Formats: sequence, structure tokens, C-alpha cells
Amino acid sequence: MADAYLAITVLWGFVFIYAVMATMDFGAGFWSMIYINRTKTKATTIANRYLSPTWEVTNTFVVALVVAVYSMFPNGAYTLGTVLLIPGSLILLLLSIRSAFLVFSHIAEEYKKPLTYISGITGILIPGLLISVLPITHGNFIDRTGGRETLNLLGLFTSGNEYAFFGFAISSTLFLSSLLLADYSKASEEYDAYRVYRRDAILLGPISLLMAFLIMFSLKNESNWLYKNMMENLPLLFLSLLFFLLGGLGLFLPSLTVRGKPRLSVIAITIQYMVASYVYGRAHLPYIVYPNVTIHSAFTDPNSFHAVFITYIVGFAILFPGFIYFWSLFMNDKRYLRQKKSKNSS
Amino acid sequence: MSDLVIARSMFGTTMGFHIIFATIGVGLPMMILTAELLYQKTKDKEYAVMAKRWTKAFAVLLGVGIPTGTIAGVQLSLLWPGFMEVIGRVMALPFQIEIYAFFVEALFMSIYVYAAERIRPWMRIVSLLLVAMGAMASAVLITNVHAFEGTPAGFRIVAGKIVDVNPWKAFFNPSFFVTSGHVALSAYTTGAFVVASVSAFKMLKADFGSRIYLFHKKALMVSLVIGGLFSLLTALNGHESAQLLHQYQPEKLAGAEGLFKTQDHAPLSVGGFTDKKTESVKWGIEIPWALSFLAGNRFDTVVVGLNDFPEKNWPPLFIHTLFNAMVGAGTILILISFFGILWSKVFKKDGFPKWLMWLYIASGPLAVMGIEFGWIFACTGRQPWTIYHILTTADSVTTSTNLGLLFILFVIIYIVLGFSVVFVLNYYFKRNTVTDDLNRADQSGIAVFESNS
Ligand code: HDD
Ligand code: HEM
Ligand code: HEM
Repeated sequence: MADAYLAITVLWGFVFIYAVMATMDFGAGFWSMIYINRTKTKATTIANRYLSPTWEVTNTFVVALVVAVYSMFPNGAYTLGTVLLIPGSLILLLLSIRSAFLVFSHIAEEYKKPLTYISGITGILIPGLLISVLPITHGNFIDRTGGRETLNLLGLFTSGNEYAFFGFAISSTLFLSSLLLADYSKASEEYDAYRVYRRDAILLGPISLLMAFLIMFSLKNESNWLYKNMMENLPLLFLSLLFFLLGGLGLFLPSLTVRGKPRLSVIAITIQYMVASYVYGRAHLPYIVYPNVTIHSAFTDPNSFHAVFITYIVGFAILFPGFIYFWSLFMNDKRYLRQKKSKNSS
Repeated sequence: MSDLVIARSMFGTTMGFHIIFATIGVGLPMMILTAELLYQKTKDKEYAVMAKRWTKAFAVLLGVGIPTGTIAGVQLSLLWPGFMEVIGRVMALPFQIEIYAFFVEALFMSIYVYAAERIRPWMRIVSLLLVAMGAMASAVLITNVHAFEGTPAGFRIVAGKIVDVNPWKAFFNPSFFVTSGHVALSAYTTGAFVVASVSAFKMLKADFGSRIYLFHKKALMVSLVIGGLFSLLTALNGHESAQLLHQYQPEKLAGAEGLFKTQDHAPLSVGGFTDKKTESVKWGIEIPWALSFLAGNRFDTVVVGLNDFPEKNWPPLFIHTLFNAMVGAGTILILISFFGILWSKVFKKDGFPKWLMWLYIASGPLAVMGIEFGWIFACTGRQPWTIYHILTTADSVTTSTNLGLLFILFVIIYIVLGFSVVFVLNYYFKRNTVTDDLNRADQSGIAVFESNS
């Protein structure tokens, strides 16, 4: 069934795009909170300049992801909906507070600080919960009794694997976002902010690498099937490590203005994550939820899939110019990036 | 409470909350677009000020509309996995296409708000048009899922299995156009009357004939014209919705009208409460023959009564009251908007009488209540089915138990969001008064939109 592989590839693509956008999004929110009192470096201004126009677009990807899961693998909807009820609801609760207070913090100037703190803290917890979906799909914490499936929360929250994933999500969120913001502030010629974010990235890179190793280590014990499958692609894992080192190198290269070529690092690290997540996703196949739900058993009706797939092609063809225009206005327009008045930071 | 009842209450609460922001989120961009176009046409800066202020309000409302919508979308699959299993197989298209509408709305909303001063005026109008279209399309598409629940099409069930799936036939199910049309039209109605409410309130507080007074009066007139037009269209289209019920979901129509006995020349009961014991509507006003005429355009149309259906398939009988409340809201809105337009444009009166002003102040909440009544009627009236005559609500619900705590947490979040959004709107518009904006607009040369970002 080639269709099922096509579908899971599309889904993996969505997961990856969302993962990158979400780390940038939640990370930027967190940094804008951390540096809120250090107005001189403009670190908060830069974070907000990135965040304000993008969070809505990022949020749409969560919805796109959920819709993609149940429109392409509806027979998995039952299991997924049931076991993800609690973590999913927690994510929704945090997400709604985070988004709303993020918007409010730009409107109610006088209450900016408390509002930014609330949205920053709730925001940084979300990636940890989102990634918990992965250890749940490894199947160790799903109890099946009398044809009913339930999530064993106690088991989940006493598992080392879960904490490794949780820590990885948070450290990568901070790492990737500080890297991106370093690049963004360099493009905006805000060198004080650049130095801050470059330092953060240098600090956080090794931590997230360590977390990645912890994941592998705990997988070996808890979900050995997955670990073994991943090890079959060991060369790719080394390739990923190589790109990590390249990304790190990028921050130390000499450059005309200030030290470092953050654009290179951003690209290298994105490739690193892409390769690593490919290896993980590949090893996960054919299971969506181990061991009962596979991409074949969950796959939708072929007619439906074809119709949906055509809308992907048409939809992206229509949206693509919109994304390009958006990018040119907010990521690539010197007038936006280098606004002098910090009044426009909101 | 059983877990099924909690799940129903939880989802109903989520939807009831989302719908407030979603409906205004569809209606308000239309009003902003109208103001922008009026500004381009008349070069009267006050219209630009309106557009700017409404945009700010819209941006704040989005801060709640988007996360609650996200909750709605995800909760649908968390609470009703059995339902989503079928929808995923047969009716995934509207959800998929809705995503593109969301993207269009999100991209161009950011462009309209954060890049307003860097793009050309025509591009600003195009962005706004795309925001308005994106919002309307997302409402139409999600409503299509609701339409499908009432008039499922495009598949067959053979021995418990779904076969012969035709996704486009499901998409263009029999009630798609009428139902989606009703939702879009009622959203425009609501957007207009929400603006009317605020304008009327501000007029009452301002000195008669002052600049502020005239500014708000201008806004009120725009919203009365738009609101009058769309409330009339909503009612006409609502009539078609009722005829569709007659054709496809006769139990629901019988429940809505409190009709027990199948009959031709059926009477229409307005108001009152359905009483099961006496099989009649108590305290209602009965208009002879009217129901038959409404259902089929002829007095001899046979309207099926509840007694022809097994009682376990009856919708709850209180939907009669909900239906009447919605129609009542619509009737009042049509009357007050047309009266106001006549009063001001034909009879050339300057102000409005006090009692009418208070009615205008009430019109926004009334429209929102019409939406709430209409939805609760439509969703609850479909009971016991999630997909009419195919899938029951009991078979759709999650097997998870202990939903109570989650329900409480979601309710708390909605209360927090509800209060803070009112607070933030109030705070912002107190700080940035109409006078400030008008003065800024007067110092010509400065684009009004600069302060948007
Ligand atoms: C401002 C809001 C508003 C107003 C004034 C009206 N409606 Fe409505 N109505 C809605 C807002 C609404 C709604 C909330 O948008 C619903 C819920 C489900 C739907 O499709 O639209 C709805 C549903 C709905 C249904 C049920 C459709 C179904 O169950 O699938 C019928 C039969 C009508 N309406 C009929 C009317 C009539 C005859 C009206 C005459 C004045 C009217 N509505 C005014
Ligand atoms: C177009 C969008 C909508 C869709 C697809 C939809 C779908 C559903 C589904 C699947 C259920 C659960 C199963 C059931 O009880 O039948 C439900 C229940 C419910 N929905 Fe809707 N809904 C929509 C909009 C709304 C809105 C806007 C409201 C606003 C008040 C609403 C109010 C309710 C209520 C009160 C219930 C519980 C009904 C009951 O159990 O008595 N719905 N809806
Ligand atoms: C007829 C009822 C509905 C209308 C008119 C409506 C309309 C809208 C609109 C206009 C938005 C954009 C945000 C805003 O302007 O506030 C929105 C957001 C959203 N709605 Fe609803 N909606 C309805 C029901 C539903 C239902 C039943 C679901 C769940 C399946 C849903 C899911 C969403 C989602 C996921 C978002 C957020 C999209 C994003 O992330 O950008 N909506 N809705």
C-alpha cells in the first residue's frame, strides 16, 4: 500500500515543520520574558518583532497536524483520542492561556510584565507536553482491559524516557529559538541582542545534545524495538551529529561585523533535526501506536485520501505566494527588521 | 452525571464559548472592509478611524477566538473519537480545506496589522478582503461538517463497514449551501449589530451633536444598513433551513414546532412550552395552517408529528423554545434596523428616541443570543444522533472516564479568558479614545494606520 507511506510522509513533513516553527514560537515567547527588564540590549524587542506576526500562522499548524492525523489515519483516531485525552487537554489549556495572554500583553501596556510572564511560562511547558505524545505512542503506558484502552499516567510520569523527551523538547526549544533570534537580530543589526542570543545558543546546544543521548539511552531500556530500528540507521545519526558540529562552528566563524555566521548555524541545525527525526520516524514505522495501530490498519478510504491529497497540492499552490509575501514582509524587509523606534515592538 | 453527559456538556460549553468570538470574527472583518471602502470612496477620515479601531478590537478577539477554536478542533477528536473515525473516512475535505482558509486569514491578518504602513492602500484592501474571505470560508466549511451530520451523503454502510466513499458527494451534501449560508449571513448580521450596540452606547454618553456623537452615529448608520440587510437575508434563508428540516429531519422540525400529530393544514405555535402529557404547546399562540405553508409552501402539506417516531429517537422537547427564541431575535433585529433607517433617512429625524437607543444597545447581545439559541437548537435537536440515523452520540463518545475534572478546568479557563478579554478591550479603548484617533487623523499626512502596529 504505497498510499499509506505517502500519507505518513506528508504527516511527518507536517510534524517536522510544526516542530521547527513551534520551537521558534514558544522559545521567542520565553526569551521575550527572560530579557524583559534588560531593555538596553533590545533582546525582548527582537523576540517580539519575530513573534507578533507569526504566532497565528504557527498555531494554524497545530490544527493542520491534528486534522491531517484523523483525515489520513481515521482508524487510529479512536485509540489516539482516548489515550491523548488528558495530555491533549492539558496542552489545550496551556495553549489557550498562552495565546490569549500573548495578545493581551501587547495591548495592555501597563500590565505587560505579568502578562508576558504568564504567556512565557505556559508557553515553555507546551513543547514538553507536546513531545510526550511520542513516548505515549511507544505503547508502554497504554493499558488494555476489556477492549478499553486507557493511559497509565502514573507509569508515564515515572518513566525516565518521558523525562528525557520532556527535557529534550524544552532544551531544543530554547536552543533553536536562540539560534534563530541570533540570526534575526544580526539581520536587524541589533548587535547587543545578537551577542545575548549567540551566548545562549552556545550554552544550550550541548545541553540539547546531551538530552538527545539520554533519549537514546532510555529508549534502549524502555522501548528496545525502537532503539534497535534506529540503530539500523547509525550512519544517518552520525550525519546528524556532524551537522550539529557544523552548526556550532557557524557561531564561531569570523565575519565582517560581529563574530559568527548564524544563518549557517540555523540551516545546519535544521538539517540536523530533520535527519534525526527522519531516523526516529523511520524506526517508528509501521506503528502509529505500538503495537496495535499501524499505518495500514489506520489508513483511510483510498478515495478520501486521493481527494485530500489533491487539496494539499492545490492548497499549497495557492498558499505558497502568500507565504513568500509574508516572509518578504517580516523576515526579509529591512524596514521591518531595522525599525529604529522601539515603540513598534509590540 | 454520566461521562456521556459530561462530554456533551463540555463540548457544548466549548462551542458556546468559541462561537461568540468566531461569529464576531466573521462579521467584524466585513464591517472593517465596509469602512475601508467607504473611506476610499468618500475620503472621509472618520471611516478610516472606524476601520482602525475595529481592527484593534478584532485583533484582541482573535486572541481568544483562535485558541478556543483550537480547543474545539482538538476536543472534537478527543471527546468524540467514534465520530471522528467516520468523519475522517468520509468527510475530511472540509476540515482540510478549512486549514487553508485559516492560513489565508492568519497570514493576511498579520500583514494587515503589522505591515499596514509599508504596503500600498490597494494591497491593504486586498489583505483585508482575504482576511474577511478566510474567516467566512472557515465558518462555511466547518458548518459543512454540521450540515453533513444532519444530511449525511457520499457513503454506504454495509454490515457495519463504510463502503463506496465519495468524498465530494459528502462535501456537497443536500443541506450544505442552505446551512452554511445561514451561518455566514447570521454572522454578518451579528458583526453589524455588535458594532451598533457599541455605537449606540457611546452616542448616549456623548453630548448630542458633538463630534464624538456624530462619529458614533455614522458608525451606527453603517451598521443598521448592513445589519438590516443581512438580518432580512438570514430570515429568508432560515425559512429554507426549516424546509430542509421538513424534508430531511422531520423529527427535528416536529420537535421545533411541538407538533405531535401528523397532519395537513398544520398550525404554527409561537411561544409557549411543549408539554408531553397533553401533547401540545402550552401558552403558545396558534396560527392555523401556517406550519404546513412554511414547510412546503402549500396549506395541504402533510407535516409529520413526533408520534410517528419511536420516543427514544425524539429530540428533547425544549428545542421548541430555543427555536422560537432564535426566530424572535431575528424578527426584532429586522424591525429595529428598518425602523431606524426609515426614521433617519426618510423622515430625516436627527436623533433617535431613548427607547430605540436602548434597543440598539441590546441588539448586539441579542444577535449573539440568536446565534447561541440557533446552535444549541441545531446540535441538541439532532439528539440522539451525531450522524443522523447512522451514528448515535453514545457510540461516538470516548471510553475514557473521569471527565469531570477536565470539564471544570475548561470552564475555569473560559471564565478567565472571558473576563480578561473584556478587561483588555475596556482598558485599551479607555486609553485610546476616539478623540485621540480623530486628532491624529486630522494632522493630515500621517497615515492613520501607523499606530496599528
Ligand atoms: C443572528 C442569528 C440568527 C437569526 C436571527 C436566525 N438564525 Fe436560524 N440559526 C442560526 C442563527 C440565526 C445559527 C446559529 O447560525 C444556526 C445554528 C445551526 C445553523 O446552521 O445555523 C441556525 C439554525 C437554524 C435552523 C436549523 C438548521 C439545522 O438544524 O440544521 C433553522 C430551521 C433556522 N435557523 C431557521 C431560522 C429562521 C426561520 C429564522 C427567522 C428569523 C432564523 N433562523 C433567524
Ligand atoms: C459547525 C460546527 C459544529 C459542529 C460540527 C458540531 C458538532 C457537534 C458534535 C459532534 C457534538 C457531539 C455529539 C452530539 O451531541 O451530537 C455536538 C454537541 C453539541 N454542540 Fe455542536 N457542533 C458545532 C457547533 C456548535 C455550536 C456553535 C454550538 C453553540 C452553542 C454547539 C453546541 C453544542 C451542544 C450544546 C452540544 C451538546 C448537545 C447535546 O448533547 O445535547 N455546537 N456538536
Ligand atoms: C459555525 C461555527 C463556527 C464558526 C462560525 C467558526 C469560525 C471561526 C473563525 C472565524 C475562526 C478564526 C478565529 C477568529 O476569527 O476568532 C475560527 C477559529 C478556529 N475554529 Fe472555529 N468556527 C466555528 C466552529 C468551529 C468548530 C466546530 C471547530 C472544531 C472542529 C472549529 C475549529 C476552529 C479552529 C481549530 C480555529 C483556530 C484556527 C487557527 O489556529 O487559526 N470551529 N473559527
